[in-house]
Amino acid sequence: MLRYTLQRLGWALLTLWVVVTLTFSLMHLIPGNPFAKEGNMPPGVFENLMKYYNLDQPLYVQYWLYLKSLLALDFGPSLKSSTITVNDYISEGFPVSLHLGLQALLIGVTLGIILGVIAALYHNRFPDYLSMILAIIGISVPNFILATVFINYVAVEWGWLPAATWGTWKHTILPSLALAAMPMAFIARLMRSSMLEVLSQDYIKTAKAKGLARNVVIIRHTLRNAILPVVTVLGIITANLVTGSFVIEHIFGIPGMGEMFVKGIFNRDYPVILGSTVFYSAILIFLIFLVDVMYTWIDPRIKVAGGSK
Amino acid sequence: MQPETRLTADMFRPVTDNFKDAETIGRPSISYWADVWRRLRMNKLAMVGLVVIILLVLMAIIGPMISGYTYYKQDFTSKNLQPSAEHWFGTDSSGRDMFTRIWFGARISLFIGVAAAFIDFVLGVIYGGISGLKGGRVDNIMMRIAEVLYGIPYLLMVILLMVVMGPGLLTIIIAMTITGWIPMARLVRGQVLQLKEQEYVHAATALGADTKWILMKHIIPNTMGPILVNVTLTVPTAIFAEATLSFLGLGIPAPRASWGTMANDALVSLLIGNVYQLFIPGFFISLTMFAFNVLGDGMRDALDPRMRK
Amino acid sequence: MKRGFSIIVSLVLLLTLALTGCGGGTKETGESGNQKSSGNTGNNILHVNNSSEPGSLHPAKSQGTHDSWPLRHLFVGLTMKEPKGNTGDFEIKGAMAKDGWKISPDKKTYTFELRDGLKWSNGDPLTAHDFEYAWKYALNPATASEYAYQLYYIQGAEQYNSSKEKDPAKLKALEDKVAVKAKDDKTLVVTLVNPTPYFDELVSFYTYFPVNKKVQEQNPNWANEAKTFVSNGPFKLTEWKHKDSMKMVKNENYFEKDRIKLAGIDWTMVESENTAWQMYRSGQLDLSYPLPGDVVGQLKAQNAPDFKIVPEYATYFYRFNTQKKPFTNVKVRKALTMAIDRKTITESIAQGGQKPAFALVAEGSKDANGKDDFRQVGGDYFKEDVTEAKKLLAEGLKEEGMDKMPKFNIMYNNNDLHKRIAEAIQEMWRNNLGVDVGIENVEFQVKIDREHKLDYDVARAGWIADFIDPMTFVDMFTSVSTQNDTGWKSQAYDAEVNQAKKSSNAEVRMAAMHKAEDIIMKDMPILPIYFYTKAYTLKENVTGVFTPPDEYPVLKYAKFVDEKDKKNKEKQ
Repeated sequence: MLRYTLQRLGWALLTLWVVVTLTFSLMHLIPGNPFAKEGNMPPGVFENLMKYYNLDQPLYVQYWLYLKSLLALDFGPSLKSSTITVNDYISEGFPVSLHLGLQALLIGVTLGIILGVIAALYHNRFPDYLSMILAIIGISVPNFILATVFINYVAVEWGWLPAATWGTWKHTILPSLALAAMPMAFIARLMRSSMLEVLSQDYIKTAKAKGLARNVVIIRHTLRNAILPVVTVLGIITANLVTGSFVIEHIFGIPGMGEMFVKGIFNRDYPVILGSTVFYSAILIFLIFLVDVMYTWIDPRIKVAGGSK
Repeated sequence: MQPETRLTADMFRPVTDNFKDAETIGRPSISYWADVWRRLRMNKLAMVGLVVIILLVLMAIIGPMISGYTYYKQDFTSKNLQPSAEHWFGTDSSGRDMFTRIWFGARISLFIGVAAAFIDFVLGVIYGGISGLKGGRVDNIMMRIAEVLYGIPYLLMVILLMVVMGPGLLTIIIAMTITGWIPMARLVRGQVLQLKEQEYVHAATALGADTKWILMKHIIPNTMGPILVNVTLTVPTAIFAEATLSFLGLGIPAPRASWGTMANDALVSLLIGNVYQLFIPGFFISLTMFAFNVLGDGMRDALDPRMRK
Repeated sequence: MKRGFSIIVSLVLLLTLALTGCGGGTKETGESGNQKSSGNTGNNILHVNNSSEPGSLHPAKSQGTHDSWPLRHLFVGLTMKEPKGNTGDFEIKGAMAKDGWKISPDKKTYTFELRDGLKWSNGDPLTAHDFEYAWKYALNPATASEYAYQLYYIQGAEQYNSSKEKDPAKLKALEDKVAVKAKDDKTLVVTLVNPTPYFDELVSFYTYFPVNKKVQEQNPNWANEAKTFVSNGPFKLTEWKHKDSMKMVKNENYFEKDRIKLAGIDWTMVESENTAWQMYRSGQLDLSYPLPGDVVGQLKAQNAPDFKIVPEYATYFYRFNTQKKPFTNVKVRKALTMAIDRKTITESIAQGGQKPAFALVAEGSKDANGKDDFRQVGGDYFKEDVTEAKKLLAEGLKEEGMDKMPKFNIMYNNNDLHKRIAEAIQEMWRNNLGVDVGIENVEFQVKIDREHKLDYDVARAGWIADFIDPMTFVDMFTSVSTQNDTGWKSQAYDAEVNQAKKSSNAEVRMAAMHKAEDIIMKDMPILPIYFYTKAYTLKENVTGVFTPPDEYPVLKYAKFVDEKDKKNKEKQ
């Protein structure tokens, strides 16, 4: 088993290396350069800039230099902001994105479960329809519209909360809600169907027949079993929330990693692009690696790579 | 385990004329798909979804022709008009008829959705099928390739695509499918991994059936249910994703418009009180999401053998 | 597979949740003391949005607009713009330099004498050496300053900055040849390549700001953090949360500190114009600039009391690729130029009171007599005329041996306003000339790249002047300019521009620039659309914001008006 684990770790590192290499190539394939602008750019000035950031070197040299600094976990400078390194960007931006994502997850899961439970308990009655309409809205309104609507009404027209930026907990409410809508809706629907299924099981009927209190039946027997599918999808939802919040970060002016990543791409800020890619991919690949390893421990029936031959 | 009994003559009687009936099945035989359709028809919400989809497609075909306006004709003397008898959905900030644009946009959005779903379906089934069926090293490598694709920044690939192919409908569709097929491939692979350990597949293999035969005759028909559900849900996801690309300014080139670009262009209209300009495209995105989602849910239920009564 | 994966992911995430939960908690309690959503007048702090993290707040390393706005509030140069009236007019006045700097008879040598008792925000004395040091530092090739070319007016500057010399001694020799010299602590002598009448204004530009030599030599990264930041302007930097916010407070060592009424300025960095406008509406900001296009239209229509439109020295135009058929033909270019309705574009799309443009140089600079506007003297170069345009197009196509205008594309970079203007022009050309036009929305980077490579048909462009002189416009289209991007070259044009650059006589200069404009507008490698304006909103209890036509709004003289005072005044 240790040998397999090491082998998989090797695969994970190889995958990461391929991602870095491909991203590096793609990034230099697309036109543009970080210093392009509509204004004047005398060749002398341009060459100084290229030299300063080693961009005048042949690509394979740049690639080699990058790999070397990567091994030292140095992601390099940002070409667009000389004030801050990519390491700073990640260490300052990721916690913000993580905070936003997890808060949204918390709201989404809590509300989703509550809505789902209500819907299931009042199956085919008014609360069911209301919950499901909420859920459908959550899943079907693009979040850039939702965010704009939130800012316009909740913050500006009604003045309940700050319109944008990141600071106190009040600032975090609207973006978290806008981001939470999708997972909330998803979980509500999942929870509802799972609850309905569990409620129709014989052991629930037995529990009811035994004369257990309604609350006990719901909490001890139904909820515990119905929540399992929700736990199963939590991982995927979380990964999406934490990494995919660019739109929300942009609209609310939140200094997170998503905004920085997308802007890095539009600005051709090469080290920022590579740095964030490596960071995200490393997390992703590491998790997949962990799962693969754990999975073979849990379920020996699945034949693992190399195991079959 | 039956108790031993002695057979006596009076336990038998002669076969009469209607002995053939003994071989027939009491209920009329219906095929699996007819049964699915029957159960789907009973699901009212799913049928609403189906009807909405049909109506949307119909309107996409005839809608742009019935208002008497073109989608590109600008009239600045009648810009930002609220919905009225003259302009059923009002006019946009360039004085174009929103009704015509909405249905023209429906063509583009629905086409993007359907085309993306179809490509995802084909790629996903082939890739996932082979990966799952071959297993072992091939599977490992193929899954690592998918991981790499996930790891490379999506936006970089889209930008490169736009540069190489120029902005346009085809570019957007391809952009939707660069990584869009991966979940489908994973799904198919998972199904195949499960199915190929079934006895009848082993039997087929033992009888000398080749990979293609097993895939076409045994695996694919048996995975069709979850795949179809997934395809149904891919359509709105692609429409949604296109809207997000529009938000990044990488949408369909003007003056053509998808619902996504229309919603994005109208974000500012909310700020100046022309709520309908955002509401109408937003509503149709939501309606489409709703329709495909409830249809997908309905299909999932209808395909679930446990629901079979 | 799925279940195992998710359980593990969930576990890992729960762990991180627990960890960040603790961290987040302390952060929040630390910040809850200073909510910035309300109470703007109470503490005399102005709240504005700078839309992006500055690339650098080091005068030599700054990269443009997002940097220049905060930078101009932290530093001040030898001269500065002194407001004259409320429309953004200004005169150049001494700042670090005393008024009455000496200009040699050939108008090439400037001698600035510094004021007495000048100090940096950290208390260090500020001397002429700081200027010499700063300018040479910016010009040093190893600094890689993007705006170093702003110093190329100085003798020896370009040679030093573009030198590929590796030998330190030789490089030092080049540096010593840069004609800026601190004769003593108080006197700075600068010699220019050509007489440059707008050099007075140029030395107020941010690349010409001084740098504290002592600080720079001790810590080359002093400009990256608020803690180590040392400046000489009206404000000093006290807090800088990268990508999030900046706080500035009044600099008590500023030479004119009594004129600064604000206690400080708080800056946010929200990129979305829509969001910034919403923040203004909700009271998070006191000034909102730039504004979304449709909002400008609405505010203008409503005559909103907090809404202002002021002139901007800038031109919005399209480039033609003159190397590509049929845009090689001047008649085709003219036809397209004449066949659009600029009034519709300015009044129905841009909506900010912009003026239709029929020439290259924007309104806002004085002609030779110092009174009339260069634009008025030059006049319009063409008229909108669809019939004439049709005729010209037919003739032009015939000359090119084509019977029909081939389909071509307008290329613009992603932006709501650019998109709507491109759509309108596409429609106008379709209607007026019956030509089939496509629209290509590309990323900003891709647009620049394709323009440089002349890989386009018609491309959107805009030029916002760095300084108030027609030279900033005409200099763009010389055959050596890196901003030309049209494939159009004219020796006659180059000659006129060069003459204007070399001459010290205002009349000769202006005449040459008028002639240059005649040449380019006759050939029409560009299609002028409108001259910009600057539209912004400012809370009604703020006055004194000064808006030069080539800068973002200047906030240093802003002050909050006590509501009671204001009402009393109105009664009287």
